[in-house]
Amino acid sequence: MRLLRNGRKHVAHAEAAIHPPTGRILLEVDDLATHFNTPRGTVKAVDGVSFTLDRGRTLGLVGESGCGKSVLSRSIMGLLPSRNVTRKGMISFDGNRLDQMGPAEMRSFWGTQLGMVFQDPMTSLNPVMRIGKQITESLDFHFDMDRSEAQETALALLKSVNIPEPARRLRQYPHELSGGMRQRVVIAVALACGPKLLFADEPTTALDVTVQAQILDLLRQQQRDREMAMVLVSHDLGVVAGHTDEIAVMYAGQIVEKAPTRSLFAKMRMPYTAALLQSIPRLENPSHTRLNVIAGRPPDLIDPPSGCRFAPRCPYAQDRCREEQPPLIESDDPGHVYRCWYPVGTEAGREALERNLAADVPQAQLAVAGDASVVTGDD
Amino acid sequence: MPELDPAAPVEPPLIPTTTLEPVDLVAAVEGPEPEAERAVRRGRLGIGGTAALFWLFLVVALALLAPVLPIDDPNTSIASIAKQGPGTEGHILGGDGLGRDVLSRVIWGSRATLLLAVSAVLLGLILGGALGLIAGYFRGRADTGLTGLFDVLLSFPQLILAVTLVTVFAGGGVSSTRRMIVLILALGVVSIPVLGRITRASTLSWCQREFVTASRAIGARNRSIIIGEVLPNVLPAMFSIALLGIAVVIVAEGGLSLLGVGIQLPTPSWGNMIAEGRSDLRDAPHIVMVPTVAIFLTVLALNYLGDIVRARFDVRESAL
Repeated sequence: MRLLRNGRKHVAHAEAAIHPPTGRILLEVDDLATHFNTPRGTVKAVDGVSFTLDRGRTLGLVGESGCGKSVLSRSIMGLLPSRNVTRKGMISFDGNRLDQMGPAEMRSFWGTQLGMVFQDPMTSLNPVMRIGKQITESLDFHFDMDRSEAQETALALLKSVNIPEPARRLRQYPHELSGGMRQRVVIAVALACGPKLLFADEPTTALDVTVQAQILDLLRQQQRDREMAMVLVSHDLGVVAGHTDEIAVMYAGQIVEKAPTRSLFAKMRMPYTAALLQSIPRLENPSHTRLNVIAGRPPDLIDPPSGCRFAPRCPYAQDRCREEQPPLIESDDPGHVYRCWYPVGTEAGREALERNLAADVPQAQLAVAGDASVVTGDD
Repeated sequence: MPELDPAAPVEPPLIPTTTLEPVDLVAAVEGPEPEAERAVRRGRLGIGGTAALFWLFLVVALALLAPVLPIDDPNTSIASIAKQGPGTEGHILGGDGLGRDVLSRVIWGSRATLLLAVSAVLLGLILGGALGLIAGYFRGRADTGLTGLFDVLLSFPQLILAVTLVTVFAGGGVSSTRRMIVLILALGVVSIPVLGRITRASTLSWCQREFVTASRAIGARNRSIIIGEVLPNVLPAMFSIALLGIAVVIVAEGGLSLLGVGIQLPTPSWGNMIAEGRSDLRDAPHIVMVPTVAIFLTVLALNYLGDIVRARFDVRESAL
């Protein structure tokens, strides 16, 4: 009993170091840069990203592989290796400057304030540890719970993530569960200490399509029940469409378009966002329709293009795009910003595309061959 | 070009509706694999594994039970059986040059030999394992320093290092307990870099796994990640190398005995039995052959089991 009381005191002490909640904004990131120093040069994986996230809201981070979305979320969490990584900029979480904290200080945030769901449930669970132990572990780190209390909490968590026969699962090993079940366990582990902000790093990429929707719905439901904020990372606009309040599209380490979900889909401005949307196969298309791809590959992050980073692949690109990097421009809609000189769905954009078509620019032709309506931007 | 007739029966889809039997491509190309090889590859015991396990069990059981077994005292000389070969009345493996019972000496000898081998490898396993885990987990400077240390230790001629250590710290005329302790330390030190490097390599690869990051993300401390997450996954690799390490130390003890710095007489060991029996090799080869066969079978069994453990847990690092 005395031990328990001491434990509680210890927890109270640990939480005293964390500033009390203030205001509506939970997470504020300003001009965050994360660079990796490699023998080839500095890889600018995240390069000047700013955004804010309100309590209980969901932000979608979308982009191709290698555009920096995973690095961004791990950089905010402080989970990147300390060697050969430079992190600059401001990260404020509930009034706490995470950017100035080392791993020892971050430990009181990990689990209780910030949680993370990883991409591949096959590798994010320890293969030689029972499910129950993996869930109770974090309870053990943060709250000095006794064993039966921890077991009960674990059981309740497994129930809340809709795992059938939760009592039996506690005694099982990860290999005895299916992929979807494992991801539910990973979610339960991340939620165990009730974080205020959950990063879900491509939580459905490694899963069967039929299970993806269930996991996304589960995340959505947990996020609402717990009034938790969530950053949902995905390469699939379709995935984030129904599950986020706001979407930030990333390209080559930068946010290139950010808008409330509805506004983004209604009036997308950035040609990259349009191209991403276009690359989703459509059910109504006949089978064996050629998939629309974005020509080329994301740029080398050691030496990114000097102008707009998407310019080399963009069907709209003009000389100005190749020379001058566009800033984040505010659109008419509140909260909708984009990085483009010739935005989709505007007169300037239409003219730029027509000029490129007339000049036989391959990117433009490929885009039009795909789906003219998207490219010319039917509002 | 045939006309398309909307009324024509629809072609069946090209996708076969029956489930295909899985085909073993390796077997189809190379023919069936010999049963024994397959058993080893899959980490099953098989006949060889069972025999190896049985032999080791027998050796360990005899060693442990030596004091209660109905065998002669290993140090009592009976003049009548000196240099008598196997099959002598009452002494199935005969007597050695001084008339001591060879069966009794080989059983009592296994105690000293196994004690030395297991202790030395355990020492190497604990120290080398800990250093390897630290090097592989923290990387950076710790890794550079420790890998350097392993390289330096490995580049010493190991037998000479062991001989030097024993000569300096337990030269002629010391008690056999002291000699044993120094031998354990010397051979333990020699096995540190081997076990350390294997542990480090295995740790490096396991630390790449997401569950280590995941564990950090729920607020685990480095110590609990190393002990709770990494170590259980690294143990199979350490264990399989440790089995081979025991075999190597058993052979090394024989070598050291020949050089006069093995386990101190009169305590019998397999190594010093061979060393003593050398002079009678022509008239009474069994004095050397009995412990030699014991070493041979034990080392073979350990290597075989080590291979099975390695295959079972898929350790990719090559042994020693």
